[in-house]
Amino acid sequence: MTALVVILSFTAVLALVLILGNLIVKGASSIDWAFFTKSPVPAGQSGGGVANAIVGTAIIVGVAALIGVPIGVGAGMYLAEYGSGRLGFLVRFIADVLNGTPSIVVGIVGWTFIVKPTGHFSALAGSVALAILMIPMLARTTEEMVRLVPNSLREAALALGYPRWRTSLKVVARTAMGGIVTGCLVGIARIAGETAPLLFTALGNLNFTVNVNQPMQTLSLQIYVYATGPFDEWHRIAWASALVLMGLVLIISLAARWVTRQRYGSIR
Amino acid sequence: MTSPLLGRDRSDRIYRQVLTGFALALPLLIVIILGVLFTNAWPAVKRFGASFLVTSTWDPVSEVYGAAPMIFGTLASSLLALLIAVPLALSVAIFLTEFAPRRLRQPVAFLVELLAAIPSVVYGMWGIFVLIPFLRSYVVPPLKAVFGWTPFLQGVFYGNSLLAGGVILAIMIVPYIAAVSREVLLAVPTSQREAALAMGATRWEAVRSAVLPYGRAGLIGAIILGLGRALGETMAVTMVIGNRHDISVSLLQPAYTMAAAIANEFSEATTATYQSALMEVGLILFVLTVAVNAIARILIWRVARGAAVGSRAL
Repeated sequence: MTALVVILSFTAVLALVLILGNLIVKGASSIDWAFFTKSPVPAGQSGGGVANAIVGTAIIVGVAALIGVPIGVGAGMYLAEYGSGRLGFLVRFIADVLNGTPSIVVGIVGWTFIVKPTGHFSALAGSVALAILMIPMLARTTEEMVRLVPNSLREAALALGYPRWRTSLKVVARTAMGGIVTGCLVGIARIAGETAPLLFTALGNLNFTVNVNQPMQTLSLQIYVYATGPFDEWHRIAWASALVLMGLVLIISLAARWVTRQRYGSIR
Repeated sequence: MTSPLLGRDRSDRIYRQVLTGFALALPLLIVIILGVLFTNAWPAVKRFGASFLVTSTWDPVSEVYGAAPMIFGTLASSLLALLIAVPLALSVAIFLTEFAPRRLRQPVAFLVELLAAIPSVVYGMWGIFVLIPFLRSYVVPPLKAVFGWTPFLQGVFYGNSLLAGGVILAIMIVPYIAAVSREVLLAVPTSQREAALAMGATRWEAVRSAVLPYGRAGLIGAIILGLGRALGETMAVTMVIGNRHDISVSLLQPAYTMAAAIANEFSEATTATYQSALMEVGLILFVLTVAVNAIARILIWRVARGAAVGSRAL
Protein backbone atom coordinates (compact mmCIF):
# COMPACT_ATOMS: atom_id res chain seq x y z
CA MET A 1 0.00 0.00 0.00
CA THR A 2 2.82 2.37 0.84
CA ALA A 3 4.27 1.84 -2.61
CA LEU A 4 0.90 2.57 -4.18
CA VAL A 5 0.62 5.80 -2.21
CA VAL A 6 4.04 6.90 -3.42
CA ILE A 7 3.28 6.01 -7.03
CA LEU A 8 -0.06 7.85 -7.01
CA SER A 9 1.57 10.91 -5.42
CA PHE A 10 4.13 11.08 -8.13
CA THR A 11 1.44 10.66 -10.78
CA ALA A 12 -0.09 13.90 -9.49
CA VAL A 13 3.26 15.67 -9.67
CA LEU A 14 3.82 14.19 -13.12
CA ALA A 15 0.67 15.95 -14.36
CA LEU A 16 2.16 19.27 -13.36
CA VAL A 17 5.49 18.51 -15.01
CA LEU A 18 3.69 17.47 -18.21
CA ILE A 19 1.60 20.62 -18.37
CA LEU A 20 4.48 22.99 -17.67
CA GLY A 21 6.72 21.05 -20.06
CA ASN A 22 4.16 21.30 -22.84
CA LEU A 23 3.76 25.02 -22.23
CA ILE A 24 7.47 25.61 -22.54
CA VAL A 25 8.00 23.34 -25.54
CA LYS A 26 5.04 24.68 -27.51
CA GLY A 27 5.13 28.28 -26.34
CA ALA A 28 8.71 29.37 -25.96
CA SER A 29 9.62 29.37 -29.66
CA SER A 30 6.93 31.96 -30.44
CA ILE A 31 8.02 34.45 -27.85
CA ASP A 32 10.11 37.32 -29.11
CA TRP A 33 10.23 41.07 -28.56
CA ALA A 34 7.36 41.74 -30.98
CA PHE A 35 5.17 39.34 -29.00
CA PHE A 36 5.27 41.74 -26.05
CA THR A 37 5.14 45.01 -27.98
CA LYS A 38 2.71 44.54 -30.88
CA SER A 39 -1.04 44.03 -31.04
CA PRO A 40 -2.56 41.05 -32.89
CA VAL A 41 -2.73 41.05 -36.68
CA PRO A 42 -5.84 39.91 -38.64
CA ALA A 43 -6.42 36.17 -38.94
CA GLY A 44 -4.40 34.61 -41.73
CA GLN A 45 -1.41 36.91 -41.37
CA SER A 46 1.56 35.93 -39.27
CA GLY A 47 3.43 38.05 -36.77
CA GLY A 48 1.95 40.45 -34.29
CA GLY A 49 1.84 40.08 -30.54
CA VAL A 50 -0.32 40.29 -27.48
CA ALA A 51 0.67 43.69 -26.08
CA ASN A 52 -2.99 44.66 -25.78
CA ALA A 53 -3.75 41.55 -23.74
CA ILE A 54 -0.79 42.01 -21.42
CA VAL A 55 -1.68 45.65 -20.72
CA GLY A 56 -5.35 44.70 -20.42
CA THR A 57 -4.59 42.00 -17.87
CA ALA A 58 -2.54 44.45 -15.83
CA ILE A 59 -5.27 47.11 -15.87
CA ILE A 60 -8.20 44.81 -15.12
CA VAL A 61 -6.34 43.01 -12.35
CA GLY A 62 -4.99 46.29 -10.98
CA VAL A 63 -8.42 47.90 -10.75
CA ALA A 64 -9.83 44.71 -9.23
CA ALA A 65 -7.10 44.80 -6.57
CA LEU A 66 -7.85 48.46 -5.84
CA ILE A 67 -11.46 47.54 -5.10
CA GLY A 68 -10.93 44.14 -3.52
CA VAL A 69 -7.85 44.59 -1.33
CA PRO A 70 -9.22 47.23 1.09
CA ILE A 71 -12.51 45.38 1.61
CA GLY A 72 -10.90 41.95 1.87
CA VAL A 73 -8.10 43.03 4.20
CA GLY A 74 -10.52 45.13 6.27
CA ALA A 75 -12.87 42.17 6.68
CA GLY A 76 -9.87 40.01 7.62
CA MET A 77 -8.78 42.54 10.25
CA TYR A 78 -12.30 42.46 11.66
CA LEU A 79 -12.24 38.67 11.86
CA ALA A 80 -8.88 38.68 13.63
CA GLU A 81 -9.60 41.55 16.01
CA TYR A 82 -13.32 41.31 16.75
CA GLY A 83 -14.30 38.03 15.13
CA SER A 84 -14.96 35.92 18.20
CA GLY A 85 -18.69 36.66 18.30
CA ARG A 86 -21.62 35.47 16.27
CA LEU A 87 -21.07 37.94 13.41
CA GLY A 88 -17.45 36.82 13.18
CA PHE A 89 -18.53 33.22 12.89
CA LEU A 90 -21.06 34.09 10.20
CA VAL A 91 -18.61 36.18 8.18
CA ARG A 92 -15.95 33.48 8.43
CA PHE A 93 -18.36 30.84 7.27
CA ILE A 94 -19.63 32.94 4.37
CA ALA A 95 -16.06 33.75 3.32
CA ASP A 96 -15.22 30.06 3.20
CA VAL A 97 -18.37 29.26 1.26
CA LEU A 98 -17.88 32.15 -1.19
CA ASN A 99 -14.31 30.98 -1.76
CA GLY A 100 -15.76 28.12 -3.75
CA THR A 101 -18.35 30.12 -5.71
CA PRO A 102 -18.24 29.40 -9.44
CA SER A 103 -16.51 32.40 -10.99
CA ILE A 104 -18.91 32.39 -13.92
CA VAL A 105 -21.76 33.23 -11.55
CA VAL A 106 -19.79 36.20 -10.26
CA GLY A 107 -19.43 37.30 -13.87
CA ILE A 108 -23.22 37.47 -14.07
CA VAL A 109 -23.20 39.90 -11.13
CA GLY A 110 -20.68 42.17 -12.88
CA TRP A 111 -22.78 42.02 -16.01
CA THR A 112 -26.01 42.87 -14.18
CA PHE A 113 -24.64 45.90 -12.36
CA ILE A 114 -22.42 47.47 -15.02
CA VAL A 115 -22.86 46.01 -18.48
CA LYS A 116 -26.67 45.91 -18.42
CA PRO A 117 -27.31 49.49 -17.22
CA THR A 118 -24.59 51.09 -19.39
CA GLY A 119 -25.48 49.01 -22.42
CA HIS A 120 -21.91 48.09 -23.33
CA PHE A 121 -19.21 45.68 -22.21
CA SER A 122 -16.44 47.21 -20.14
CA ALA A 123 -13.21 46.33 -18.41
CA LEU A 124 -14.58 47.89 -15.23
CA ALA A 125 -17.33 45.28 -15.03
CA GLY A 126 -14.65 42.61 -15.29
CA SER A 127 -12.65 44.24 -12.51
CA VAL A 128 -15.68 44.33 -10.25
CA ALA A 129 -16.28 40.62 -10.83
CA LEU A 130 -12.63 39.79 -10.11
CA ALA A 131 -12.71 41.96 -6.98
CA ILE A 132 -15.69 39.98 -5.70
CA LEU A 133 -13.67 36.80 -6.21
CA MET A 134 -10.74 38.25 -4.25
CA ILE A 135 -12.59 39.51 -1.18
CA PRO A 136 -13.45 36.25 0.63
CA MET A 137 -10.02 34.84 -0.02
CA LEU A 138 -8.20 37.95 1.26
CA ALA A 139 -10.44 38.08 4.30
CA ARG A 140 -9.40 34.59 5.37
CA THR A 141 -5.68 34.88 4.60
CA THR A 142 -5.48 38.27 6.32
CA GLU A 143 -7.21 36.86 9.38
CA GLU A 144 -4.79 33.93 9.51
CA MET A 145 -1.75 36.16 9.21
CA VAL A 146 -2.95 38.69 11.80
CA ARG A 147 -3.76 35.90 14.23
CA LEU A 148 -0.12 34.80 14.09
CA VAL A 149 0.94 38.07 15.72
CA PRO A 150 1.76 37.25 19.35
CA ASN A 151 -0.71 38.62 21.84
CA SER A 152 2.16 39.97 23.94
CA LEU A 153 2.85 42.60 21.28
CA ARG A 154 -0.75 43.74 21.44
CA GLU A 155 -0.69 43.78 25.23
CA ALA A 156 2.55 45.72 25.29
CA ALA A 157 1.11 48.43 23.07
CA LEU A 158 -2.11 48.63 25.08
CA ALA A 159 -0.11 48.80 28.31
CA LEU A 160 1.74 51.80 26.94
CA GLY A 161 -1.60 53.53 26.66
CA TYR A 162 -2.08 53.10 22.92
CA PRO A 163 -5.76 53.12 21.99
CA ARG A 164 -6.98 49.92 20.49
CA TRP A 165 -7.25 51.23 16.92
CA ARG A 166 -3.66 52.44 16.92
CA THR A 167 -2.48 49.18 18.40
CA SER A 168 -4.35 47.34 15.70
CA LEU A 169 -3.02 49.44 12.83
CA LYS A 170 0.46 50.44 13.99
CA VAL A 171 1.50 47.34 15.87
CA VAL A 172 -0.58 44.34 14.85
CA ALA A 173 -1.18 45.10 11.19
CA ARG A 174 2.35 46.34 10.70
CA THR A 175 3.80 43.20 12.22
CA ALA A 176 1.61 41.06 10.02
CA MET A 177 2.24 43.23 6.95
CA GLY A 178 4.44 40.68 5.21
CA GLY A 179 1.78 38.01 5.57
CA ILE A 180 -0.99 40.34 4.44
CA VAL A 181 1.01 41.34 1.35
CA THR A 182 1.59 37.66 0.62
CA GLY A 183 -2.13 37.01 0.83
CA CYS A 184 -2.84 39.89 -1.55
CA LEU A 185 -0.23 38.67 -4.04
CA VAL A 186 -1.62 35.12 -3.97
CA GLY A 187 -5.10 36.57 -4.53
CA ILE A 188 -3.84 38.65 -7.45
CA ALA A 189 -2.08 35.64 -8.96
CA ARG A 190 -5.33 33.73 -8.77
CA ILE A 191 -7.54 36.33 -10.43
CA ALA A 192 -4.93 37.11 -13.10
CA GLY A 193 -5.70 33.77 -14.74
CA GLU A 194 -9.50 34.01 -14.43
CA THR A 195 -11.42 33.85 -17.67
CA ALA A 196 -15.01 32.90 -16.98
CA PRO A 197 -16.09 36.10 -15.19
CA LEU A 198 -14.60 38.20 -18.00
CA LEU A 199 -16.45 36.51 -20.87
CA PHE A 200 -19.44 38.82 -20.77
CA THR A 201 -17.94 41.72 -18.85
CA ALA A 202 -14.55 42.67 -20.30
CA LEU A 203 -15.45 40.62 -23.38
CA GLY A 204 -12.07 40.91 -25.13
CA ASN A 205 -10.82 43.39 -27.68
CA LEU A 206 -8.54 42.96 -30.68
CA ASN A 207 -7.23 46.49 -30.38
CA PHE A 208 -5.02 48.17 -27.86
CA THR A 209 -6.97 50.15 -25.27
CA VAL A 210 -6.42 51.55 -21.80
CA ASN A 211 -9.98 52.83 -21.36
CA VAL A 212 -11.71 50.90 -18.59
CA ASN A 213 -15.10 51.83 -20.01
CA GLN A 214 -14.34 49.89 -23.16
CA PRO A 215 -14.14 46.16 -23.79
CA MET A 216 -10.60 45.06 -23.05
CA GLN A 217 -8.47 42.05 -23.92
CA THR A 218 -6.75 39.91 -21.31
CA LEU A 219 -4.27 37.08 -21.75
CA SER A 220 -6.83 34.59 -20.47
CA LEU A 221 -9.51 35.70 -22.96
CA GLN A 222 -6.93 35.68 -25.72
CA ILE A 223 -5.98 32.10 -24.91
CA TYR A 224 -9.62 31.01 -24.86
CA VAL A 225 -10.48 32.54 -28.22
CA TYR A 226 -7.27 31.53 -29.96
CA ALA A 227 -7.09 27.98 -28.58
CA THR A 228 -10.67 27.24 -29.62
CA GLY A 229 -10.24 28.97 -32.99
CA PRO A 230 -9.54 27.18 -36.26
CA PHE A 231 -6.10 28.50 -37.28
CA ASP A 232 -2.72 26.94 -36.51
CA GLU A 233 -1.26 30.41 -36.23
CA TRP A 234 -3.79 31.21 -33.51
CA HIS A 235 -2.92 28.00 -31.66
CA ARG A 236 0.73 29.00 -31.73
CA ILE A 237 -0.09 32.39 -30.22
CA ALA A 238 -2.37 30.75 -27.66
CA TRP A 239 0.47 28.52 -26.43
CA ALA A 240 2.84 31.46 -26.21
CA SER A 241 0.20 33.56 -24.38
CA ALA A 242 -0.38 30.69 -21.97
CA LEU A 243 3.32 30.53 -21.27
CA VAL A 244 3.42 34.27 -20.60
CA LEU A 245 0.34 34.09 -18.35
CA MET A 246 1.74 31.10 -16.48
CA GLY A 247 5.06 32.92 -16.07
CA LEU A 248 3.25 35.95 -14.71
CA VAL A 249 1.25 33.88 -12.23
CA LEU A 250 4.40 32.01 -11.15
CA ILE A 251 6.38 35.20 -10.63
CA ILE A 252 3.63 36.70 -8.48
CA SER A 253 3.30 33.47 -6.47
CA LEU A 254 7.04 33.23 -5.91
CA ALA A 255 7.16 36.91 -4.94
CA ALA A 256 4.42 36.14 -2.41
CA ARG A 257 6.54 33.40 -0.84
CA TRP A 258 9.59 35.62 -0.87
CA VAL A 259 7.79 38.45 0.95
CA THR A 260 6.70 36.08 3.70
CA ARG A 261 10.18 34.72 4.14
CA GLN A 262 11.78 38.16 4.19
CA ARG A 263 9.51 39.95 6.61
CA TYR A 264 7.55 37.34 8.39
CA GLY A 265 9.87 34.44 9.02
CA SER A 266 11.19 36.00 12.20
CA ILE A 267 7.98 36.07 14.20
CA ARG A 268 6.70 32.68 13.15
CA MET B 1 -13.45 42.07 23.79
CA THR B 2 -15.82 43.86 26.15
CA SER B 3 -13.17 44.79 28.68
CA PRO B 4 -13.62 48.40 29.85
CA LEU B 5 -10.10 49.21 28.70
CA LEU B 6 -10.95 48.47 25.08
CA GLY B 7 -13.37 50.51 23.05
CA ARG B 8 -13.31 53.21 25.67
CA ASP B 9 -12.97 56.21 23.41
CA ARG B 10 -14.69 57.33 20.27
CA SER B 11 -11.90 56.58 17.84
CA ASP B 12 -11.87 52.98 18.98
CA ARG B 13 -15.57 52.71 18.32
CA ILE B 14 -15.17 54.26 14.87
CA TYR B 15 -12.33 51.87 14.04
CA ARG B 16 -14.46 48.94 15.04
CA GLN B 17 -17.41 50.22 13.04
CA VAL B 18 -15.29 50.69 9.92
CA LEU B 19 -13.93 47.15 10.16
CA THR B 20 -17.43 45.82 10.82
CA GLY B 21 -18.54 47.59 7.67
CA PHE B 22 -15.87 45.79 5.65
CA ALA B 23 -16.81 42.49 7.25
CA LEU B 24 -20.49 43.03 6.46
CA ALA B 25 -19.50 43.20 2.80
CA LEU B 26 -19.32 39.39 2.77
CA PRO B 27 -22.87 38.60 3.92
CA LEU B 28 -23.99 41.46 1.68
CA LEU B 29 -22.18 39.88 -1.25
CA ILE B 30 -23.94 36.54 -0.88
CA VAL B 31 -27.28 38.34 -0.59
CA ILE B 32 -26.50 40.39 -3.71
CA ILE B 33 -25.49 37.36 -5.75
CA LEU B 34 -28.60 35.45 -4.72
CA GLY B 35 -30.78 38.51 -5.31
CA VAL B 36 -29.38 39.16 -8.78
CA LEU B 37 -29.74 35.55 -9.84
CA PHE B 38 -33.18 35.14 -8.36
CA THR B 39 -34.75 38.30 -9.78
CA ASN B 40 -33.26 37.63 -13.20
CA ALA B 41 -34.28 33.97 -13.15
CA TRP B 42 -37.81 34.60 -11.88
CA PRO B 43 -39.49 34.87 -15.33
CA ALA B 44 -38.06 31.49 -16.30
CA VAL B 45 -38.95 29.94 -12.95
CA LYS B 46 -42.53 31.17 -13.33
CA ARG B 47 -42.81 30.07 -16.93
CA PHE B 48 -41.27 26.60 -16.84
CA GLY B 49 -41.68 25.59 -13.21
CA ALA B 50 -40.30 22.21 -12.24
CA SER B 51 -40.16 21.02 -15.85
CA PHE B 52 -37.04 23.18 -16.23
CA LEU B 53 -35.17 20.68 -14.08
CA VAL B 54 -36.32 17.50 -15.76
CA THR B 55 -36.86 18.19 -19.47
CA SER B 56 -34.16 18.18 -22.14
CA THR B 57 -35.42 20.55 -24.82
CA TRP B 58 -33.27 23.65 -25.18
CA ASP B 59 -34.73 25.56 -28.07
CA PRO B 60 -34.13 29.32 -28.26
CA VAL B 61 -36.26 29.58 -31.42
CA SER B 62 -39.48 28.28 -29.89
CA GLU B 63 -38.45 29.55 -26.44
CA VAL B 64 -38.65 26.23 -24.64
CA TYR B 65 -35.94 25.48 -22.12
CA GLY B 66 -35.14 22.46 -20.00
CA ALA B 67 -31.82 22.14 -18.21
CA ALA B 68 -31.76 18.42 -17.43
CA PRO B 69 -28.80 17.64 -19.75
CA MET B 70 -26.66 20.35 -18.12
CA ILE B 71 -27.56 19.26 -14.63
CA PHE B 72 -26.78 15.67 -15.57
CA GLY B 73 -23.51 16.64 -17.28
CA THR B 74 -22.41 18.77 -14.33
CA LEU B 75 -23.01 15.96 -11.85
CA ALA B 76 -21.60 13.23 -14.11
CA SER B 77 -18.38 15.06 -14.98
CA SER B 78 -17.82 16.05 -11.33
CA LEU B 79 -18.38 12.52 -10.05
CA LEU B 80 -16.04 11.11 -12.69
CA ALA B 81 -13.48 13.70 -11.64
CA LEU B 82 -13.83 12.70 -7.99
CA LEU B 83 -13.42 9.04 -8.89
CA ILE B 84 -10.05 9.80 -10.47
CA ALA B 85 -8.89 12.61 -8.20
CA VAL B 86 -9.65 11.21 -4.74
CA PRO B 87 -7.11 8.33 -4.78
CA LEU B 88 -4.45 10.64 -6.21
CA ALA B 89 -5.10 13.49 -3.81
CA LEU B 90 -5.39 11.34 -0.69
CA SER B 91 -2.14 9.60 -1.68
CA VAL B 92 -0.41 12.95 -1.98
CA ALA B 93 -1.71 14.02 1.43
CA ILE B 94 -0.78 10.74 3.12
CA PHE B 95 2.62 10.68 1.43
CA LEU B 96 3.36 14.24 2.48
CA THR B 97 2.32 13.87 6.10
CA GLU B 98 3.28 10.27 6.88
CA PHE B 99 5.89 8.85 4.55
CA ALA B 100 7.88 11.50 2.71
CA PRO B 101 11.42 12.19 3.86
CA ARG B 102 11.54 15.60 5.49
CA ARG B 103 13.48 17.25 2.70
CA LEU B 104 10.99 16.05 0.07
CA ARG B 105 7.90 17.41 1.85
CA GLN B 106 8.25 21.09 1.03
CA PRO B 107 9.14 20.67 -2.65
CA VAL B 108 6.39 18.13 -3.35
CA ALA B 109 3.81 20.22 -1.49
CA PHE B 110 4.94 23.25 -3.49
CA LEU B 111 4.65 21.40 -6.80
CA VAL B 112 1.15 20.19 -6.00
CA GLU B 113 0.16 23.70 -4.94
CA LEU B 114 1.46 24.94 -8.27
CA LEU B 115 -1.15 22.77 -9.96
CA ALA B 116 -3.74 24.97 -8.26
CA ALA B 117 -2.04 28.08 -9.64
CA ILE B 118 -2.42 27.05 -13.28
CA PRO B 119 -5.29 29.06 -14.78
CA SER B 120 -8.36 27.13 -15.84
CA VAL B 121 -8.09 28.30 -19.43
CA VAL B 122 -4.56 26.90 -19.66
CA TYR B 123 -5.87 23.53 -18.47
CA GLY B 124 -8.52 23.78 -21.16
CA MET B 125 -5.98 24.44 -23.88
CA TRP B 126 -3.78 21.63 -22.66
CA GLY B 127 -6.86 19.44 -22.70
CA ILE B 128 -7.62 20.26 -26.33
CA PHE B 129 -4.12 19.83 -27.70
CA VAL B 130 -2.50 17.25 -25.43
CA LEU B 131 -4.99 15.36 -23.29
CA ILE B 132 -7.60 14.58 -25.94
CA PRO B 133 -5.09 13.21 -28.49
CA PHE B 134 -3.55 11.17 -25.67
CA LEU B 135 -6.93 9.77 -24.62
CA ARG B 136 -7.75 8.97 -28.24
CA SER B 137 -4.57 7.02 -28.89
CA TYR B 138 -3.70 5.41 -25.59
CA VAL B 139 -6.66 5.36 -23.21
CA VAL B 140 -9.89 4.87 -25.12
CA PRO B 141 -8.80 1.87 -27.29
CA PRO B 142 -7.74 -0.34 -24.35
CA LEU B 143 -10.75 0.80 -22.30
CA LYS B 144 -13.05 -0.14 -25.16
CA ALA B 145 -11.32 -3.46 -25.61
CA VAL B 146 -12.00 -4.47 -22.03
CA PHE B 147 -15.18 -2.61 -21.04
CA GLY B 148 -16.60 -1.86 -24.48
CA TRP B 149 -19.70 -3.92 -23.72
CA THR B 150 -20.85 -1.61 -20.91
CA PRO B 151 -23.23 1.28 -21.64
CA PHE B 152 -20.55 3.71 -20.44
CA LEU B 153 -18.31 3.27 -23.47
CA GLN B 154 -20.76 3.23 -26.36
CA GLY B 155 -20.28 5.18 -29.55
CA VAL B 156 -17.33 6.69 -31.36
CA PHE B 157 -14.85 8.83 -29.47
CA TYR B 158 -14.34 12.13 -31.28
CA GLY B 159 -12.42 13.84 -28.52
CA ASN B 160 -14.67 16.39 -26.84
CA SER B 161 -16.52 14.23 -24.35
CA LEU B 162 -17.61 13.58 -20.80
CA LEU B 163 -14.42 11.55 -20.37
CA ALA B 164 -12.15 14.44 -21.39
CA GLY B 165 -14.10 16.83 -19.15
CA GLY B 166 -13.91 14.47 -16.19
CA VAL B 167 -10.19 13.83 -16.56
CA ILE B 168 -9.28 17.51 -16.87
CA LEU B 169 -11.47 18.30 -13.84
CA ALA B 170 -9.76 15.53 -11.91
CA ILE B 171 -6.32 17.03 -12.52
CA MET B 172 -7.64 20.43 -11.50
CA ILE B 173 -9.18 19.39 -8.18
CA VAL B 174 -6.31 17.17 -7.01
CA PRO B 175 -4.40 20.10 -5.47
CA TYR B 176 -7.48 21.37 -3.57
CA ILE B 177 -8.34 17.99 -2.08
CA ALA B 178 -4.68 17.25 -1.38
CA ALA B 179 -4.01 20.58 0.35
CA VAL B 180 -7.05 20.37 2.62
CA SER B 181 -6.52 16.67 3.37
CA ARG B 182 -2.93 17.40 4.27
CA GLU B 183 -3.99 20.05 6.78
CA VAL B 184 -6.55 17.65 8.21
CA LEU B 185 -3.94 14.90 8.59
CA LEU B 186 -1.51 17.34 10.17
CA ALA B 187 -4.20 18.14 12.73
CA VAL B 188 -4.34 14.48 13.79
CA PRO B 189 -2.45 14.27 17.10
CA THR B 190 0.90 12.49 16.98
CA SER B 191 -0.20 10.41 19.94
CA GLN B 192 -2.67 8.62 17.66
CA ARG B 193 0.16 7.44 15.44
CA GLU B 194 2.45 6.62 18.34
CA ALA B 195 -0.24 4.56 20.02
CA ALA B 196 -0.76 2.46 16.91
CA LEU B 197 2.97 2.07 16.30
CA ALA B 198 3.47 1.07 19.93
CA MET B 199 0.92 -1.70 19.44
CA GLY B 200 3.19 -3.12 16.76
CA ALA B 201 1.43 -1.68 13.71
CA THR B 202 3.46 -0.98 10.60
CA ARG B 203 3.43 2.61 9.42
CA TRP B 204 0.77 1.88 6.85
CA GLU B 205 -1.35 0.07 9.41
CA ALA B 206 -0.99 3.06 11.73
CA VAL B 207 -2.20 5.35 8.96
CA ARG B 208 -5.11 3.11 8.10
CA SER B 209 -6.25 2.22 11.58
CA ALA B 210 -5.42 5.36 13.57
CA VAL B 211 -4.81 8.42 11.41
CA LEU B 212 -7.44 8.11 8.68
CA PRO B 213 -10.35 7.24 11.02
CA TYR B 214 -9.47 10.17 13.26
CA GLY B 215 -9.51 12.60 10.36
CA ARG B 216 -12.40 10.97 8.54
CA ALA B 217 -14.87 13.86 8.78
CA GLY B 218 -12.22 16.31 7.61
CA LEU B 219 -11.16 14.10 4.72
CA ILE B 220 -14.74 13.72 3.57
CA GLY B 221 -15.01 17.49 3.86
CA ALA B 222 -11.93 17.88 1.68
CA ILE B 223 -13.43 15.60 -0.95
CA ILE B 224 -16.75 17.46 -0.89
CA LEU B 225 -14.82 20.72 -1.22
CA GLY B 226 -13.18 19.27 -4.34
CA LEU B 227 -16.65 18.34 -5.58
CA GLY B 228 -17.74 21.95 -5.11
CA ARG B 229 -14.82 23.14 -7.21
CA ALA B 230 -15.57 20.62 -9.91
CA LEU B 231 -19.25 21.54 -10.08
CA GLY B 232 -18.53 25.21 -10.72
CA GLU B 233 -15.42 24.91 -12.85
CA THR B 234 -16.06 26.61 -16.16
CA MET B 235 -13.37 27.26 -18.75
CA ALA B 236 -11.47 23.99 -18.91
CA VAL B 237 -14.68 21.97 -19.04
CA THR B 238 -16.27 24.24 -21.65
CA MET B 239 -13.25 23.71 -23.88
CA VAL B 240 -13.22 19.89 -23.81
CA ILE B 241 -16.65 18.52 -22.89
CA GLY B 242 -18.29 19.02 -26.28
CA ASN B 243 -21.19 21.29 -25.24
CA ARG B 244 -24.09 19.18 -26.51
CA HIS B 245 -27.60 19.40 -25.04
CA ASP B 246 -28.13 15.70 -24.62
CA ILE B 247 -28.08 13.08 -21.92
CA SER B 248 -25.92 10.05 -22.62
CA VAL B 249 -24.42 7.72 -20.07
CA SER B 250 -21.52 7.00 -22.42
CA LEU B 251 -18.31 8.67 -21.30
CA LEU B 252 -17.20 8.92 -24.90
CA GLN B 253 -20.08 11.18 -25.96
CA PRO B 254 -20.13 14.99 -25.72
CA ALA B 255 -22.02 16.45 -22.78
CA TYR B 256 -22.76 19.86 -21.29
CA THR B 257 -22.44 21.48 -17.89
CA MET B 258 -24.34 24.35 -16.30
CA ALA B 259 -21.25 26.56 -16.12
CA ALA B 260 -20.35 25.78 -19.73
CA ALA B 261 -23.84 26.68 -20.91
CA ILE B 262 -23.63 30.10 -19.26
CA ALA B 263 -20.13 30.68 -20.65
CA ASN B 264 -21.13 29.72 -24.18
CA GLU B 265 -24.56 31.18 -24.53
CA PHE B 266 -24.85 34.16 -22.23
CA SER B 267 -23.59 36.79 -24.65
CA GLU B 268 -25.72 35.45 -27.47
CA ALA B 269 -28.89 35.19 -25.37
CA THR B 270 -30.88 37.90 -27.11
CA THR B 271 -34.41 37.29 -25.88
CA ALA B 272 -35.51 37.95 -22.31
CA THR B 273 -36.68 34.38 -21.79
CA TYR B 274 -33.40 32.93 -23.06
CA GLN B 275 -31.45 35.16 -20.70
CA SER B 276 -33.74 34.33 -17.84
CA ALA B 277 -33.33 30.60 -18.50
CA LEU B 278 -29.54 30.97 -18.32
CA MET B 279 -29.91 32.96 -15.10
CA GLU B 280 -31.93 30.11 -13.65
CA VAL B 281 -29.12 27.76 -14.62
CA GLY B 282 -26.77 30.10 -12.77
CA LEU B 283 -29.06 30.14 -9.75
CA ILE B 284 -29.21 26.33 -9.60
CA LEU B 285 -25.43 26.16 -9.95
CA PHE B 286 -24.87 28.76 -7.23
CA VAL B 287 -27.26 27.20 -4.74
CA LEU B 288 -25.77 23.76 -5.42
CA THR B 289 -22.17 24.88 -4.90
CA VAL B 290 -23.02 26.94 -1.81
CA ALA B 291 -24.76 23.93 -0.28
CA VAL B 292 -21.87 21.61 -1.14
CA ASN B 293 -19.28 24.06 0.19
CA ALA B 294 -21.23 24.65 3.37
CA ILE B 295 -21.38 20.91 4.09
CA ALA B 296 -17.66 20.58 3.35
CA ARG B 297 -16.74 23.46 5.66
CA ILE B 298 -18.79 22.12 8.55
CA LEU B 299 -17.05 18.75 8.22
CA ILE B 300 -13.57 20.29 7.98
CA TRP B 301 -14.20 22.65 10.89
CA ARG B 302 -15.04 19.64 13.04
CA VAL B 303 -11.45 18.43 12.72
CA ALA B 304 -9.43 21.59 12.23
CA ARG B 305 -11.56 23.89 14.32
CA GLY B 306 -12.13 27.30 12.74
CA ALA B 307 -8.89 27.21 10.79
CA ALA B 308 -8.87 28.71 7.32
CA VAL B 309 -7.83 25.33 6.02
CA GLY B 310 -7.05 25.33 2.36
CA SER B 311 -7.91 28.93 1.72
CA ARG B 312 -4.31 30.07 1.82
CA ALA B 313 -2.68 28.62 -1.25
CA LEU B 314 -5.89 28.14 -3.14
